[in-house]
Amino acid sequence: MEWANAVVQGLLLGGLYALLAAGLSLMFGVMRLVNLAHGALAIVAAYLGYVLVQNTGLPPFATIIVVIPVMAALGWVLQSTLLNTALNKQALAPILVTFGLAVILQNLMLQLFTADYRSIQVGDLAGASIQITPEIAIGVFPLITFIVGVIVIAALQQYLARTKTGRAMRATSDDREAATLMGIDNKRIYALATAIALAIVGVAGIFIGIKTQFNAYSGDTYLIFAFEAVIIGGLGSLWGTLAGGMILGVATTVGAQLFPSSGTLLADLVFLAILAFLPTGLFPKVVNG
Amino acid sequence: MALLEVESIDVFYGDFQAIYGISLSVDEGETLAVIGANGAGKSTLLKTIAGLSRPSAGDVRFDGTSIATLPPHKRVPLGIALTPEGRRMFPSMTIEENLLVGAHKSRPGPWNLESVYATFPLLSDRRSRLANNASGGEQQAAAIGRALMCNPRLLLLDEVSLGLAPVVVEQIYASLPTITAQGTTVLVVEQDVMHALRVADRVQCLLEGRTVLEGTPAELTRDQIATAYFGI
Amino acid sequence: MSLALSDNTAGHRAQVHRSTRASLVGLVVAVIVVVSLAYGPFAFLTKGNQQNLTTLFIYIILGTMWNLLAGYAGMVSIGQQAFIGIGAYGIVYASDILGLGLWIGLALALVISGIVAYLVSFLAFRLSGGYFAIGTWVIAEVIYLLTTQINTLGAGAGISFTAFRGYKPEIRIAVVYWIALAAVVVAVAVTYLLLRSRLGAGFTAVRDDATAAATLGVNVTRSRRIAWVVAAMGCGLAGTLLAMTTLNVQPGSVFKIQWTAFMIFIVIIGGVGTIEGPIIGAIVFYALERYIGDVGFWYLVILGIIAIAMVLFLPKGLWGLISGNGRLRLFPTGYRLTSPLPTPIANGTPDSREGESS
Repeated sequence: MEWANAVVQGLLLGGLYALLAAGLSLMFGVMRLVNLAHGALAIVAAYLGYVLVQNTGLPPFATIIVVIPVMAALGWVLQSTLLNTALNKQALAPILVTFGLAVILQNLMLQLFTADYRSIQVGDLAGASIQITPEIAIGVFPLITFIVGVIVIAALQQYLARTKTGRAMRATSDDREAATLMGIDNKRIYALATAIALAIVGVAGIFIGIKTQFNAYSGDTYLIFAFEAVIIGGLGSLWGTLAGGMILGVATTVGAQLFPSSGTLLADLVFLAILAFLPTGLFPKVVNG
Repeated sequence: MALLEVESIDVFYGDFQAIYGISLSVDEGETLAVIGANGAGKSTLLKTIAGLSRPSAGDVRFDGTSIATLPPHKRVPLGIALTPEGRRMFPSMTIEENLLVGAHKSRPGPWNLESVYATFPLLSDRRSRLANNASGGEQQAAAIGRALMCNPRLLLLDEVSLGLAPVVVEQIYASLPTITAQGTTVLVVEQDVMHALRVADRVQCLLEGRTVLEGTPAELTRDQIATAYFGI
Repeated sequence: MSLALSDNTAGHRAQVHRSTRASLVGLVVAVIVVVSLAYGPFAFLTKGNQQNLTTLFIYIILGTMWNLLAGYAGMVSIGQQAFIGIGAYGIVYASDILGLGLWIGLALALVISGIVAYLVSFLAFRLSGGYFAIGTWVIAEVIYLLTTQINTLGAGAGISFTAFRGYKPEIRIAVVYWIALAAVVVAVAVTYLLLRSRLGAGFTAVRDDATAAATLGVNVTRSRRIAWVVAAMGCGLAGTLLAMTTLNVQPGSVFKIQWTAFMIFIVIIGGVGTIEGPIIGAIVFYALERYIGDVGFWYLVILGIIAIAMVLFLPKGLWGLISGNGRLRLFPTGYRLTSPLPTPIANGTPDSREGESS
């Protein structure tokens, strides 16, 4: 029954991928910016959590209280300075700037922490599980990851749908110039969107740090997963992103059984198959403005 | 004192000069119609007042203060709202959400969802329809309603009649007195001269980026207007 | 060639040029440099010099290819390492395993790179902008991971390149050097001719405004696909050179994304959208790597900072600075208008950038 277990684990892992994808999707949705530093920023958050646990003795999950505001502030500053400038330059500038940022962050982390793998220790929780049937057990930590993923997606969805600022974000996404005619300051909206995106990435980073061993290079894989979840789910659909994350999660855990030496191969192939046969993703956005 | 004063502005798009030294002023509560053929510079004039274009010379004053360098989003709280050409609804949002976005920087005043729905009854049944799926007339009414939601002192209307059936244009122009009755100053830009003349206190006609004729609808003759409009 | 248009009203003459005096000088200088470099191993280039220059040549090819994609066809790829790997493995497979020898192996490696690029373009081209970039990376990852599953190619451990077995090292180094020099000339010349062709005008139109180009009858996808396939074959060529210099192809090395990072740095530093830019960029990048490369990871941090600063504040790169923002052109690819009238600055409306990102 290891297959059934792999599937259940994979579905739960989808919550983490959805967290990563939500931030990428939000920034793309609001300002059409694909943040190539997204994975590296998740690892920045993971190291932040790691350092906090090591040096302050803060319980692992409590680090979120520090990591979320720090990442959000970083996002605000990054957007207000570098990224807003890049968005006003030639078309290739935003991609190239975030790529440069990814290289800088990755190598700074290598410099600070070496290439050794670290992880955030949570003690007994790491191995704890709930036995569902004699064959299938659900890990407590993967379950927490999944629940947090669903809560964050739901909260973001509600924020965009129901609040005044959320509406302003959607308006800016639809038509930036028309939005400024409503009194919306698009630079502020962009800074806010990036702050929220990085806060969510911060949460994802902590979970990555607890779930696995990570080093500075680990961000690459997570950027790819985030991207694949977004495309599988369909651009602009947050619940689609969660579904995309869960499909990828299953492909990862099952793939790890099939090709132990190339763990992400199956996930990448699933992504390419969906790109080939369902290019608008599983949940395409109905409206194309 | 005039609420809006535009003083001999020049406006360029790249190398192309769209406006040559246009001046105008609108008093509080007045309705001014700016008419002219396609390419006369009407829309550029409104964009410059709303802040989407910057004049390279001249000044734009609102309530006595220069606003020529303010970005558009900072003009809204002062009470300037533009219904842009082509309506520019937010397509992925419902009609009601579009109206609510209009209230993003709302000033105190008579306009809210209820009063907008009361003024444009056709919107009332369509409030939860996606703007993208609304008809042209519904979109135009919603675009005006969206601009009203911030309770503007000055409402700028760009080509209200463009691409709409005459019946619908009638309906929309019929609601204009309700708006001006609230004391709102209106600057309307139109190619449709008849409608413009009917609602306006004063008319200003543009040709190739310059003012060629001004006056009240009563004192201008059809021939004068035709000459000014076509430049013959 | 020059074509005179008379402007009667103003009494001025505006002229459309392609060649300039500088470009003629450029051609002569290029020929002299290439001939001297070709003669070098007989006279003034040591084995070490030749090896270093071979590395530089690989960088020039890579930069030129990435520039063809981004600078002309407007496509940012971060998956070009796929074709470096395919080129490297391709030559090993064809030369050694199939026993076809060095030259046919080299040709076959390029053909394989082109075919794979053509096939995957149907997937990659479903994405655009930044998502296209990550998509190309995923494709590169898949090709990498699949390669490590193939036992004939040494799976995860890599494979040796043995076509040069029996050559004396100094002969091998010189031969590889000459091949690399020829490869640079071919890569730059093909790119140059491609851009000067009708297709090249189409590229520029596509980069500047894909929608407008499409309405004017430029087949956007076809132009992009040709650029993509040519760039892949160029990267494949660089891959074969890597196999020749290292004599050992390892998946983790030939397929690493750092190759693409290097290409991006080279093009950004040298200047995007010109033939000269990547050549200058490769020389500067190579020098930086040699002289400050030993500061460890700080080196890449510094490169990243330089790259961001250049993108934001010096978007035409060093070549833009040297050439006075494009007035000097050694390899002119477009037509130029010289006129006593003020040159129009095609800025468009303030928001002309809006549409193309979505």
